[in-house]
Amino acid sequence: MNDRILNLLKDSFVQILLPGLEMTVPLTVISFSLGLLIALGTALVQVANVKVVRQLARFYVWIFRGTPMLVQLYVVFYGLPKVGLILNAFPAAVVVFSLNTGAYASETIRAAILSVPVGQMEAGYCSGMTYMQTMRRIILPQAMRTAFPPLSNSLIGLVKDTSLASNITVVEMFLTAQRIASRTYEPFWMYLEVGFIYLIFCTALTYLQRWLEKKLERK
Amino acid sequence: MLDVEKVHKKFDGQEVLSGVSLHVDKGDVITILGPSGSGKTTLLRCISFLERADSGWMDFAGTGVDMHRAGKNQVLALRRRMGFVFQSYNLFANKTALKNVTEGLIVARGMNRKTAAEIAESCLQRVGMWEKRDSYPHQLSGGQQQRVAIARAIAGDPEVVLFDEPTSALDPELVGEVLQVMRSLARDGMTMLVVTHEMRFARQAANKVILIDGGRIVEEGRPQEFFVSPRTERARQFLDLLGRETEGGNAAQ
Repeated sequence: MNDRILNLLKDSFVQILLPGLEMTVPLTVISFSLGLLIALGTALVQVANVKVVRQLARFYVWIFRGTPMLVQLYVVFYGLPKVGLILNAFPAAVVVFSLNTGAYASETIRAAILSVPVGQMEAGYCSGMTYMQTMRRIILPQAMRTAFPPLSNSLIGLVKDTSLASNITVVEMFLTAQRIASRTYEPFWMYLEVGFIYLIFCTALTYLQRWLEKKLERK
Repeated sequence: MLDVEKVHKKFDGQEVLSGVSLHVDKGDVITILGPSGSGKTTLLRCISFLERADSGWMDFAGTGVDMHRAGKNQVLALRRRMGFVFQSYNLFANKTALKNVTEGLIVARGMNRKTAAEIAESCLQRVGMWEKRDSYPHQLSGGQQQRVAIARAIAGDPEVVLFDEPTSALDPELVGEVLQVMRSLARDGMTMLVVTHEMRFARQAANKVILIDGGRIVEEGRPQEFFVSPRTERARQFLDLLGRETEGGNAAQ
């Protein structure tokens, strides 16, 4: 490794990190938050056995778990304009990532809710509470503790998956690295570097997860 | 005060309750005995609407309701006037002992925090668990959990408390503390419907004993009569069997 490469890595580090903070992070945070809301709703209508809506929820999970995220991105960004629905690159990515997260996380949350013993719901009923009251105050808090590790997994997965958004012109970390690589003819070092930055992000999240898990446990 | 009439319940075509009727007066302590699978737990669960009876009628403190067709709000209103103690305690795992008691008062009955906390204090005092108010269920022994569960069941000032085998999940040395709490409730005039295998409790604390077998009430009466001179052959068999078990148990010790 010579000085030219060292300097290149130094300069590009900030050039890649910046879109990381400006694009990858907001894309992940927004999509994951929306995804969790969708997941919670999708899980609840299934657990509560709401007619028809439950079937719709199953259908949605089936579609989004069964097709590649890349294909979904292409359909939303390049396909939908042909039927009159034009989305900019960033919102298109948010739509796909949150629907995708929602589909996977809904299964996690559904399983976590079902893992809470039936007696907890019955005790809620016998304390005079309604289904929704017991769900909100007793069942979900317990389910969330169970769902936390697998949901953290999904979040870490999403950080890396946002690189797919480069395919629909979102200038996030990977696309930036790609551009620098083609400009400098240093694909090896540039892709290694961007991989390293993803690794930093995910490592930080792993520590955050451990810390939060400990906090949850203490209760 | 509580009348239950002709309750029928089938599980997968198998009849578990075939027309059980029950009359409870205010202040009654009724123990329901019977071999396992006789339907006694199902009866309690139908009364509290944890199971939906296939048919039956219930009169509870002036409110009449079809036990099969009762609507959501009717069920909710009825449940708020009952307490229920489960075999497996079912304390809210994510709440402290104190919160277990206040939760229903605040969330279901719309009470303010202060009033709820005062009621919870007196209920937890009554079961001797006030010192442990900040413990989570997993930090408590089975007997302690069940005592908190009893405090939770009486917190809403219920007109009747249903006990579903409250000591069956407990280690033998912990049974006593729970029975003691139940006896003191009985002395204080609480109306109680207790499914149990504890013959001593049935003998000493109850004013009425009901024997259920095969989904029917086969005998009911005052404990003195029931235990000393049962009228039916089935009751004699049941008591003989229990007597033999107890003797066997004593011999083994």
